[in-house]
Amino acid sequence: MDKLPLKMTRRQVLIAGATPAAASVLPAAGALAAELTGPTPTRAAVMVPVELNVNGKRHALELDTRTTLLDALREHLHLTGTKKGCDHGQCGACTVIVDGRRINSCLTLAVMHDGDKVTTIEGLGTPERMHPMQAAFVKHDGYQCGYCTPGQICSAVAVLDEIKAGIPSHVTGDLTARPELSKQEVRERMSGNICRCGAYSNIVDAIDDVAGGLA
Amino acid sequence: MKAFAYQRASSPAEAAAAVARTPGAKFIAGGTNLLDLMKLEIETPAQLIDVNGLDLDTISKTDDGGLRIGALVRNTDLAADARVRKDYAVLSRALVSGASGQLRNRATTAGNLLQRTRCPYFYDSNQACNKRHPGSGCAALQGFSRHNAIVGASDACIATHPSDMAVAMRVLDASVETVSPSGQQRVIPIADLHRLPGATPHIETTLQPGELITAVTLPKPVGGQHFYRKVRDRASYAFALVSVAAIVQSDGSGRIAAGGVAHKPWRVEAADAALPRGAKAAAAALLQGAKTTHDNAFKPALIERTIASVLVEAGSQA
Repeated sequence: MDKLPLKMTRRQVLIAGATPAAASVLPAAGALAAELTGPTPTRAAVMVPVELNVNGKRHALELDTRTTLLDALREHLHLTGTKKGCDHGQCGACTVIVDGRRINSCLTLAVMHDGDKVTTIEGLGTPERMHPMQAAFVKHDGYQCGYCTPGQICSAVAVLDEIKAGIPSHVTGDLTARPELSKQEVRERMSGNICRCGAYSNIVDAIDDVAGGLA
Repeated sequence: MKAFAYQRASSPAEAAAAVARTPGAKFIAGGTNLLDLMKLEIETPAQLIDVNGLDLDTISKTDDGGLRIGALVRNTDLAADARVRKDYAVLSRALVSGASGQLRNRATTAGNLLQRTRCPYFYDSNQACNKRHPGSGCAALQGFSRHNAIVGASDACIATHPSDMAVAMRVLDASVETVSPSGQQRVIPIADLHRLPGATPHIETTLQPGELITAVTLPKPVGGQHFYRKVRDRASYAFALVSVAAIVQSDGSGRIAAGGVAHKPWRVEAADAALPRGAKAAAAALLQGAKTTHDNAFKPALIERTIASVLVEAGSQA
């Protein structure tokens, strides 16, 4: 560590020191330090007009190009039902339905969806008039803390449509036949939605209920 | 994320020219890998050229009985295409074994080919990585290397290419069609698209600056039984430890390629030739010269067993 140049900020030293493998990279510490202390040019934010159709309502926004669809929904339209979990496409909490397809709203830019139709958990149903999938999650206790639930429900609605549309999955036996409406298919297709409380079994029961019985 | 300018491309050649003339410009299609890396400031483009509006999202027949897959065809749509499911099942199988439903709905054919490694040291900007920061060293060599390469690697880099789709395309002898900034088109055999790391692991493909992939073509169907067997730490939604794409004919001949073992989809002519002699012979030919780390010494045996399981299912000699 004492070989690191004095130019490093305290924070950068802490970052380097906190990594368990730091010792193994000492031969490259010079280059590494250069990377850490190198100039980080600041660039001015670029603003762009974006029109989103969210849950049937059109919104004209002026957004920094960096704004993800997730942040546009949460921070600009205040639709906070869609959750930010990992912000890297690994957890599925941010799942929304865009032009009929479920996607991770954290891994796409709002500006790439100018004019697109977005459905969030708020658009599926309301507390008074719940979507059948929302009602089934309540009935079957398809959650504990509830943080992943909006993403789980948006995904679940889309999963049943994908099976109906004949889209194959990793567990589809015969690729030339239509995929089965089975628990195995649902489990595989829901793998992009993580639930740290582990409500998976009840989530499958809720989807089973809406599907009218899974094989 | 660093600020960037954003522009929609109106034609493939114009997109290529825009990226070539603008320092720090990059194409964006699905964005599922690029935005992930931009959030970590591993990628810091000054301008994004959005190619999503280009007319490159269809699958059509080629004159020689094959298929042309537009660069923007989403992974879900490619996997679900009736012609792919019937005649190129290895490709459908590989696609649905990768990522999650949400990601496959966004990820494109060309973007899948060009995705970056998931080596943890490439992703951690506090660590040395010759791919992310040329000349800084490779922390993976002595680090956590369970997922790293065992063939075709170098002292500078042991990263793997993470794609499943590309392994299937390699076994199918696909070709990649591109357009250059000057509007010139060329065809690259998929075997020549990805580079081995050597001393320059940051140069990952043979594409020129600004060159845009417009399509991937598959030769006419070769028949046989198609397999894509992926072995991973979770039952779903995880990158491969190893994977095997195989097409096995009724006489026991066939072709194999492996994923999770190299900087590119790994296929060796001698392994195809050895396939009728069984998994041991095929694996030995495929992994000739393999060099493992303390963490991934299990991979050669796992490749052999994965080939064996494919051959058992094919009904030929394991």
